[in-house]
Amino acid sequence: MDQRPDDVLDQPLVVINLGLKGFAESLEQQGVEVVQVDWIPPAGGDAEMLDLLDELL
Amino acid sequence: MASGYAVRPNRYYDSVFLMGVNQRLARLPGVGQTAVLMASERNKELLAEIGIEGDEVRAAGPNDLLVAVIADSPAIVEAALAGLDDALQTLQAGTALSDLHTFEDGLRAEPGANLAVLTIPGGYVYREALLALEAGLNVFIFSSNVPVEDELRLKQHARERNLLVMGPDCGTSILNGVGLGFANAVRRGTIGAIGPSGTGLQEFTCQIHNAGLGISHAIGTGSHDLADEIGAITSLMALEKLEADPRTDVIAVIAKPAGPTTRTRLVERLQACKKPVVACVIGPSGPRQAGSEISWANTIDAAAEAAIRLSGKRTAPTAGPDGLQTVGPIRAAWAPQQRYVRGLFAGGTLCYQSQQILIDAGLEVHSNAPLDPAGRVDPFHAARGHTLIDMGDEVFTLGRLHPMIDGSLRRERIVRESVDPSVAILLLDFILGRNASPTPVGDVLEAVVEGQELRSKTAGRLAVIASICGTEEDPQDLGHQLELLRQAGVLVFHSNARATSFCLELLKADGGDSHGPAAR
Amino acid sequence: MDLKEKIERANEEATRRLTSGAPALVDIAPAGEVIPGLQGKAITHSGPPIEWQRMCGAQQGALIGMVLYEGWAETPEAARAMLDRGEVRLEPNHPHQAVGPMAGTISPSAPVWVVENRTFRNRAFCRQIEGRQQFGEYSREALEGLRRWRDLWAPTLREGLRVIGGLDLNPILAQALQMGDELHNRNSASSSLFASQMAVAMIQAGIPQERALPTMRYLAGHNLLFLGLAMASGKATADPARDVEYSSIVTAMCRNGTEFGIQVSGLGDAWFTAPAPTVEGLYLPGYSAVDAGLDMGDSAITETVGWGAFTLGGAPGILPLVGGTFDEALRLTREMRKITTAVHPTYRLPALGFEGTSVGIDIRKVVQLNLAPVIDTAIAHRQAGHPIIGAGLTRAPLECFVKALRAFGEKYKSREPSIPVG
Repeated sequence: MDQRPDDVLDQPLVVINLGLKGFAESLEQQGVEVVQVDWIPPAGGDAEMLDLLDELL
Repeated sequence: MASGYAVRPNRYYDSVFLMGVNQRLARLPGVGQTAVLMASERNKELLAEIGIEGDEVRAAGPNDLLVAVIADSPAIVEAALAGLDDALQTLQAGTALSDLHTFEDGLRAEPGANLAVLTIPGGYVYREALLALEAGLNVFIFSSNVPVEDELRLKQHARERNLLVMGPDCGTSILNGVGLGFANAVRRGTIGAIGPSGTGLQEFTCQIHNAGLGISHAIGTGSHDLADEIGAITSLMALEKLEADPRTDVIAVIAKPAGPTTRTRLVERLQACKKPVVACVIGPSGPRQAGSEISWANTIDAAAEAAIRLSGKRTAPTAGPDGLQTVGPIRAAWAPQQRYVRGLFAGGTLCYQSQQILIDAGLEVHSNAPLDPAGRVDPFHAARGHTLIDMGDEVFTLGRLHPMIDGSLRRERIVRESVDPSVAILLLDFILGRNASPTPVGDVLEAVVEGQELRSKTAGRLAVIASICGTEEDPQDLGHQLELLRQAGVLVFHSNARATSFCLELLKADGGDSHGPAAR
Repeated sequence: MDLKEKIERANEEATRRLTSGAPALVDIAPAGEVIPGLQGKAITHSGPPIEWQRMCGAQQGALIGMVLYEGWAETPEAARAMLDRGEVRLEPNHPHQAVGPMAGTISPSAPVWVVENRTFRNRAFCRQIEGRQQFGEYSREALEGLRRWRDLWAPTLREGLRVIGGLDLNPILAQALQMGDELHNRNSASSSLFASQMAVAMIQAGIPQERALPTMRYLAGHNLLFLGLAMASGKATADPARDVEYSSIVTAMCRNGTEFGIQVSGLGDAWFTAPAPTVEGLYLPGYSAVDAGLDMGDSAITETVGWGAFTLGGAPGILPLVGGTFDEALRLTREMRKITTAVHPTYRLPALGFEGTSVGIDIRKVVQLNLAPVIDTAIAHRQAGHPIIGAGLTRAPLECFVKALRAFGEKYKSREPSIPVG
């Protein structure tokens, strides 16, 4: 497997943080570009709807 | 004792917010135990174990908030629950919510992203991580309780795209000098590390830094990566990347035992590695390969020493006393019935390593996360004999923060073990670094002091031994943490292995019967 | 083309139709003359289908009022008895291409706005807007407004309209949105623009002052008048988007004070219902939340096509009526973007940098994001016999969309080949 020029070890991290805000803050403190997503379960966590959405959306 | 619960439908909050609410309710006088959680299946099971169940609980779903209170009387339960909405309001007002609630929202806001960090409930990880991979992002999954089939599919997808899935249940990575999850501030250097253990990587990277050298990258693979069902997909990719990385001269793998098929494949691959390799297997390990190109180590310390040696670089003199001159006085102060070590660990791998060291020396050791299934004990029962407890185990972290962040459960336990007349040594670990408690020692110090005071009222004295995992660059001020421990009479070592070896020195019989090769 | 692609394509088509509407007022006529099926002893009502016995107090009161207005009974008791005996055919408005506010009752002699969507040549109808009978009041005074509309105002406007050959409504709709109307509970600008056009028409038609003046007074004093035209325009715009196979776009949202119902393009005439929600709002003096009935009316057709609460951020003037802050209003408007498919090319909101309104509510996105359409609405009393008591905000029940998505899955998944895709 070749190492592409855009390999994760070669480039500055640009992060999407899903969940705990503290993790995003810690990255910000290290000078990393990060966006905080206050994540909510899709379809209110309804398993039947989630399966349906996997096929329809 | 009375208990009660309330359900608030269709309110999802992240776990840290819920901790805040939990703390508020728990502060009320007369309240014994509280749980503030989202009503996932797993959480409902755990609540049932402490006696909280009912129709409303059963009907509640993962997007509903469940609050349970166990208190001295029904009136107190009522009062606590009555304060719930207020607590939710007050804390909500202080939290500036972002308008971004889905991965797609995040990607729209940050289209150039190359990494997604996930701290969401395990049942949802597959969908979100897949979205990230399909958008070309690498993924760091801190979440645990992800089904193994999900992990496998994710890693297969990732491999096809040359993307890294670090996780699930990945506590630590350091990429390009940036710490992800629980990570210490260590300098950049030429030693690379890979591993399924967060605290294993943490101790390893700290030891490298404290020896004056540095880390190129430390790639967490998630705790399950070396199981045969997963087959080391992430570990092997990480190995390729470090092999190709011009910064990296030496590669260390820090792990617990792998599944048999995976072990064989991994060893073959390590053998073929173009760069010098250190393989550290903590715990029961099988026979070594003969004629190996691999430097084997069975403790984190040995791995660090091997890596340093292989890097060919000069190191700073290793700090820290061996403390051997204190062995005599400590033993002399013990009452005759004091025979055992009790360990209370924030770092699961450190608990594991300590067990291995003691077992290798012939001791019988109990644990809630045992090396040997025969040694398993229920952590809620009173401990007997040598017992090392992983306080980060799921049964402790229900509705609470991990002991690396919140010391309350460890405090209780410290006091309890301190007054057990059969306990001679209390063994603790302190882990510094990003996302850990700002006051790791302070979090439990009162309990240590209280325990020693209670002990001193009876015969004998408690020896408190600790390891500390951190660097002088960490936000918690390593020097200050050490000073606090010294003032409390705690003997501190800079590695778990050395702290544990010291315990062995203390327990070594001069013909005494406090230990001996126990029947196993 | 796989299932997801078919759905995307279908939604593009349905949304294209929603953004191509060209509503025009072409007539104002007695309902029995223009609404198919509304002849004899029949009254249509707002919301999804519901039997008389299950109707809420306000809707029953409005029906009693309508029976009295038609002269089918002399007293409220007789009217109620007639309805109890099932002697009046009761049907929902929507299947008759009609919409009505609050109780939404339309009877044969009630003049309705007739709006034609010039693009597709379909027509839609809406009854007058007033603050009493449609809220459940059936006193003599409450019905007076209905009689004046039937006997004076509507025929007079009709004459004027005939002379000018009808009135394109898009210019008024687009301008009004830019002037801070949201076209559901704030129609001041649109009503004003309409009034001035009709004033010209009536003068042009040479209508004598004894009819023109009271009619002009009615127009000038009624700042919610245009709601009826907005609703008819919304209905005329939404109806062509019905019956697009594979489309998950919402074609109707309506309530009868007991249930909330939606219809979906790819699911034809099926209703997906759930209990009507409560409305969070502000109350007129003498009333409070304990008096309130549940969400009611076909006026959610405005939100269905992207007006009403979907444009709240552009209509801050309404906030004293429904409650909330400007920031919340803006936030809600942005939120609705996430569950819709496209933006309208013509209807734009200055407060949002002239962005177009959000069009094409997709049931898949509503369920995925757990985000239901927001609606601003007036509030009726729980019981019959009261006028309007307040106004506020509410959300469509997620349950409607969950049911619809389930039915959508059942209908369309079964059509797909069962060969597993590698």
